[in-house]
Amino acid sequence: MIPIEAIVVLGLLLFAVGFVGVVVRKNLVVMLMSLELLLNGANILLVGFGRRLGSPRGSIFALFVIIMAVSEAAVGFALVLAYFRRTKSYDADALDDLKG
Amino acid sequence: MFALIPLFPLIGAVVNGLVGIRWFSRRAVGATAVGAAGLSFAAAVAAFAGLVRAADPVAVKTLFTWVPASLVRTASGSLASLRFDMAFRYDSLAAVMTLVVTGVGLLIHIYSLGYMAHDRSYARFFAFMNLFTFAMLILVLGANLGVMFIGWEGVGLSSYLLIGFWFSKDSAASAGKKAFITNRVGDLGFLLGTGLLAYALGTIDITGIAAGVEGGALARGTATAAALLLFLGATGKSAQIPLYTWLPDAMEGPTPVSALIHAATMVTAGVYMVARLHVLFTFSGTALTVVALTGAFTAVYAATMGVVQTDIKRVLAYSTISQIGTMFIGLGVGAYAAGIFHLMTHAFFKSLLFLAAGSVIHALSGEQDLRKMGGLRSRIPRTYRVFLVGALAISGIPGLSGFFSKDEILASAFASGNYLVWALGLAGAALTAFYTFRLIFLAFHGDERFDAETGRRLRESPRAMLVPLEILAALAIAGGYPGLPRLFGGGAWFRRFLEPSTGAPELHIGAGTEILLMLVSVAAAAAAIFGAHAIYVTHRGGPARRFAEKHRTLYRTVFRKYYVDEFYDRVIVGGIFALGRIADLFDRRVIDGLVDGAAGLTKRISRWAIRFDEGAVDGAVNGVGRIHLSASALLRRLQTGRIYNYALAVVVGVIVVITLAVVVL
Repeated sequence: MIPIEAIVVLGLLLFAVGFVGVVVRKNLVVMLMSLELLLNGANILLVGFGRRLGSPRGSIFALFVIIMAVSEAAVGFALVLAYFRRTKSYDADALDDLKG
Repeated sequence: MFALIPLFPLIGAVVNGLVGIRWFSRRAVGATAVGAAGLSFAAAVAAFAGLVRAADPVAVKTLFTWVPASLVRTASGSLASLRFDMAFRYDSLAAVMTLVVTGVGLLIHIYSLGYMAHDRSYARFFAFMNLFTFAMLILVLGANLGVMFIGWEGVGLSSYLLIGFWFSKDSAASAGKKAFITNRVGDLGFLLGTGLLAYALGTIDITGIAAGVEGGALARGTATAAALLLFLGATGKSAQIPLYTWLPDAMEGPTPVSALIHAATMVTAGVYMVARLHVLFTFSGTALTVVALTGAFTAVYAATMGVVQTDIKRVLAYSTISQIGTMFIGLGVGAYAAGIFHLMTHAFFKSLLFLAAGSVIHALSGEQDLRKMGGLRSRIPRTYRVFLVGALAISGIPGLSGFFSKDEILASAFASGNYLVWALGLAGAALTAFYTFRLIFLAFHGDERFDAETGRRLRESPRAMLVPLEILAALAIAGGYPGLPRLFGGGAWFRRFLEPSTGAPELHIGAGTEILLMLVSVAAAAAAIFGAHAIYVTHRGGPARRFAEKHRTLYRTVFRKYYVDEFYDRVIVGGIFALGRIADLFDRRVIDGLVDGAAGLTKRISRWAIRFDEGAVDGAVNGVGRIHLSASALLRRLQTGRIYNYALAVVVGVIVVITLAVVVL
């Protein structure tokens, strides 16, 4: 039986790596990949706590998150691709149309 | 029955004026107009026949109530109910007037068929002529002063329309205006007189006025004022001093118009009106004297101007003024029937003279200047004959109509004891004979002074013109016999016929005096005719020219019509213009000043309002905007547009919220 603490630590680590990836990196593709890490960190916590409570609900919810992540990735990468076609660049800094 | 008399001319005027003017042929227009006049004449004859047989001398026909009864307090303080109807009154006076108006009118309508044959506005002319006949009949049939006033204004209007018939000619248009405006002055008098009677008596009905005056309901001063105001109206319509100046200018109209309106009928409306209200004038006394003196002075005054005129129609115009003056002499000495008698005979011989003058003008291709005529006797003999009949009648040669009527007036004037009026009347008659025969001698005798071209085209007028002339000539001879005095074995039938309408004048005059008076006036007329013959035929106008050269100032004064037109122009027209200028100045200075002041004040106030708007209101609005701008300048820094910044903010926010939640809970 894997102790719940280990699972929590793993989830938080994954989340932290994803968060840093999103905040620090300027490459859109990497940022999207980091987003996946964020979601998966959360998934691990869901599954881990589900197991711990002996309920399938955590796993079921994780499945929903995975499905959502897939669609999010599909849409996200489509946007990135469209952006790349226009600018020939993955740089997130250039995407500042909303700058006040 | 008699209510039908004015109906036909109205129908004729409406049909020709609205339909005929566009769609009728000349023949149809003429048939409509002459038919209307003829039917009207037939109705007048029928009504006359009815009146002779009827027991009642007065018939009144009420069409509808015009002004419903309303209580008014009269001048004497009693209450009266003032009402008047659209009503016609038919008595012997109305009978004579309708017969003259429709009879002479019919002949002139027929004459116009020939005279106006080449005019472009044929239908318009006949529509106006019928309209005039209608208005004149309303005037003579009106049972109260209100209905009479409709006719009074109606004849003024149609007179204006017909004087200005050839309105493209400047002089005709302004002559029409002059006639209308001068008449308006008189009309005002008529209206004021009517109002005064309504105020004083509470009625404007002819019968009511007579009853009121005879019943002593009217103070003598009020009666005089009302009578004089009404007589002012008469001087306008009948071209007497001081409102006569329009009539000579009215000769700008077509000659049939001059004959019908400005000789035979409309200008006698004043005479008719005074005779109609004879009770009022007799009661006043003063007013009657004014009528007699005005008539006498006008008779001589106008005759002097007739002597020097060179326009054939203008001579006749002054003659008309003078003759109407003679009628007013008759009225003014109380011989109302004699005045109306002269009105009738004058209608015959004056319209005859006018129409014959029209025939002369027609023959001479429009020439009206006596100096360019002469020798026409053999060229247009039929016209000459009828002209001569008219001239003899107007001169008062025994046997013709003018002799009887004029002598009755002069005898009445003599009998009244007012010898000044009689002498002036006699002088007027002598002058009349003189200028009429001057006209004849200048136009028909002596050398031909027209140019060859006119002479070549000269020919006698068509039958449509000559036949009415000859009928009128017959009337000018025979028209006097209904009034044949007792002296000549007549029964003075005319006077007795009029008696119910005009009363019977007392003629305190012996047969010897009457014969003497006749001899005097016939001698005066004969002397005038022989004088004219000597001057204008025997000596070919030489004495007249020498006289004019010798007394140049006098001649010029008379020739320029005593400068009365100029005087009116200066004083009255000029006065009105001056008044207008004063009003204009008042407008510009005072009224405009007030308006401009108000505008200036408004401008100043609005300038303050602008300042308030721009400073306070705009300042507040802009201030709000500026605050937002500066606040947002601070806030916009947060909007970096970089995703990771936002992401960081989200995370930090979440951490803060969670921390707060943990701490608080």
